[in-house]
Amino acid sequence: MTFPMNSTSVLSAEPEPQAPRPADGDTAASPDSAAETRNLPRLGTLRTSGGRLEAIARGETVTTEDHAGVALDETVLEIEHFRLWYGSKQALFDVTLKIPRGKVTSLIGPSGCGKSTLLRSVNRMNDLIDTVRIDGTMRLNGDSIYHKGVDVIELRKRMGMVFQKPNPFPMSIYENVVYPLRIDGVRDRATLDDVMENSLRGAALWDEVRDRLHESALSLSGGQQQRLCIARAIAAEPEVLLLDEPCSALDPIATSKVEDLISELRGSYSVLIVTHNMQQAARVSDYTAFMYLGRVIEYGLTPTVFTNPHCKETEDYVTGRFG
Amino acid sequence: MSVTFLVESTAPPRPKPGRSRRARARTSLLAHGEPLVWLNGGALALALAMIVGMLSLIFGQGISTFWPQPLYAIHTLDGEVRLGELTRAEVFQLSADELESLRQRPALHARLVAAGGSTRRTQMRTADGFVWIDDRTVTKVEKPEWGLVVERREGGRCYGVPATLLPADDSTKPSSSEPGAVWRTFTAWRRGTTDIAYRGLVLKTPDDNTLEVPLANVVRAYPANQLNLAGQLGVYASRWWEFLSTAPRDANTEGGVFPAIVGTVVMTFFMSLAVVPLGVLAALYLREYAKPGLLVSLVRIAVNNLAGVPSIVFGVFGLGFFCYAMGASLDQLFFADRLPSQPTFGKGGLLWSALTLALLTLPVVIVATEEALAAVPGSMREGSYACGASKWQTIRRIVLPRALPGVMTGLILALARGAGEVAPLMLVGVTNLAFELPIDGTWPLVHLDRKFMHLGFHIYGLGYQSPNSEATRSLVYTTTFLLIALVGVLNLSAVWLRSRLRKRYALSKF
Repeated sequence: MTFPMNSTSVLSAEPEPQAPRPADGDTAASPDSAAETRNLPRLGTLRTSGGRLEAIARGETVTTEDHAGVALDETVLEIEHFRLWYGSKQALFDVTLKIPRGKVTSLIGPSGCGKSTLLRSVNRMNDLIDTVRIDGTMRLNGDSIYHKGVDVIELRKRMGMVFQKPNPFPMSIYENVVYPLRIDGVRDRATLDDVMENSLRGAALWDEVRDRLHESALSLSGGQQQRLCIARAIAAEPEVLLLDEPCSALDPIATSKVEDLISELRGSYSVLIVTHNMQQAARVSDYTAFMYLGRVIEYGLTPTVFTNPHCKETEDYVTGRFG
Repeated sequence: MSVTFLVESTAPPRPKPGRSRRARARTSLLAHGEPLVWLNGGALALALAMIVGMLSLIFGQGISTFWPQPLYAIHTLDGEVRLGELTRAEVFQLSADELESLRQRPALHARLVAAGGSTRRTQMRTADGFVWIDDRTVTKVEKPEWGLVVERREGGRCYGVPATLLPADDSTKPSSSEPGAVWRTFTAWRRGTTDIAYRGLVLKTPDDNTLEVPLANVVRAYPANQLNLAGQLGVYASRWWEFLSTAPRDANTEGGVFPAIVGTVVMTFFMSLAVVPLGVLAALYLREYAKPGLLVSLVRIAVNNLAGVPSIVFGVFGLGFFCYAMGASLDQLFFADRLPSQPTFGKGGLLWSALTLALLTLPVVIVATEEALAAVPGSMREGSYACGASKWQTIRRIVLPRALPGVMTGLILALARGAGEVAPLMLVGVTNLAFELPIDGTWPLVHLDRKFMHLGFHIYGLGYQSPNSEATRSLVYTTTFLLIALVGVLNLSAVWLRSRLRKRYALSKF
């Protein structure tokens, strides 16, 4: 496993700007429907009618249906025309999103639609995979993420990330929380204690672990471990918090605790959360982006996306008709 | 087998094409599986039986060596009387000629013929060495009441009945000549409860000669036929203690193996000190940094093959590279005043032995560490990277602690191999008899240039290079037992350490 410290290798591989042609089999499978949809007006201008899935299948570019409310908020993270390939397989197609500051934004969509890939692109975790190539820009508070001169290590210190499975490190609870500070070489006990307590309070875990801070983090329950991971992620005061299906390995009670926590983090942190669970997205997030087959289909205020979606595909997905 | 044939004979005449697979499954031996269970189980049982047999032989012989045996006086037809301990007996077959030559003694001849010509001889340890006594020649066997076993500092064991105790001052009257009284005076002198100083113990040998043993030469003496169980246990324990805590004497046929124990432990310790850092760093590079490809695969294959190289080859390499190349250069740089007659590092020594064995066990540590590194979950690394840790920080703080139990496994395997290895050591630093320990009170406390004794080599020396191989026969077992026990203790401590580490870095479960 190599770990490119600078982004030269990522950027120098200039990918084909054109989306790949659809496989022959796809068009052959439904010639009738293809002919039918060709007569429809240009996609993206449709307010409620479908046809995007077929358009995607034909390899056409599908623009994101952005709701008007999205542009009103201050942006913390800007993703523009972002495309990503795993080897020769394209996983993200021209993704453009503005993530608002101090709000919770959720990414929903069926499995394999690229939600996690997009999230992992934000803090360049995909650099760890050799075959990944990208194109497009991302900016965190105006600073380019994929620019050549960017120090990935410094970049990741500005973000916090929580993964699907709780991954506390095999050390004490205390050391887990202050890990980001430890790797920065902070040794001052008072600072460490301060950050540790604030982070654990912020992650709503303080009361449960305050008298066993020096026990192994692995002795905690799954839900506590996940909240510990959130505490670790917020210990370094990140500019954006990335949550990759943080509740998928938890039971309902632990899930509700983590959800409460996410609601509490709103305002002080900008949260980008990937979730499989549409109810969860509806409960915790201010904004929702619906992704499908590597494209962002619709992006808007959560209540609107769930109750009055502009696209038929979004409606089908949130009402459980597919996905 | 029989079941298979039975099924074959009673099988329906011709199965329908659609069911032929099922029919085959019923008739094929391999499809049943049961014979293979027996085959596998049998192989395991055979392996276990061999291991248990070997261990119990070594254990049984090893722990019984020091148990005090009774003393016998055996009278033979030629009129000689021999006093000593019986060590072993063996049955052998007389040839027809030999049997014929015994016709003059009809009773014996008849008995031997009835026994099919097989007879027995017994080995006896006497003061003059080991003798075989043919059972046919024995006329009388007795257990002398006050037969004394005297272990001497020089000259091995001698046997006799205590006659007198010679006072240091010639003007003093010798003690009484009654054996029991002499023995009691002797024990009183040993305990220091008598005021008179003595210089020698006079023994009466069975052929009515006397033998004077200087008391300074006496290591241990006991009346073998008078001992009760507590006395026997006392002798047994004192012999074990002597074996474990003193240096060998009498050309390694008597005494202890303390220098060999120290040498083995110290050498193994330095070997671990060398092999673990080197192996872990090499494995880290292979697993974490090197880009997987043809070159890395080739290196990995080479490392694995290194484990299969005969150990004597490592010895030759160690001698050529460490002793003659590195050691000679060191000598020229730092110890030139002692050259050429007394090389310091330009000969075999503790350091070169430890390094040679480190090289020998390196593949084991590398392979085990690599596997442990590969087993560290990717989620841990990702979590660390996501916190903004660099590669080295992730390795040092997350990956290595998690891989530590695996590294310990490698160390255990290395210990098991290294502690018992003899062949390379014979070339790079082990010696039959070391007068100085590799660790002692003189500066610089640890003497890496010294030659040292090793239990494994000691076994070889006892068994094949001893001037008195009968005397060392039982010591071979005892030393082997000790070596196995030592390797076991080293391993167990490493296993204990590993289990502690495992507990500390246990996998999370929920």
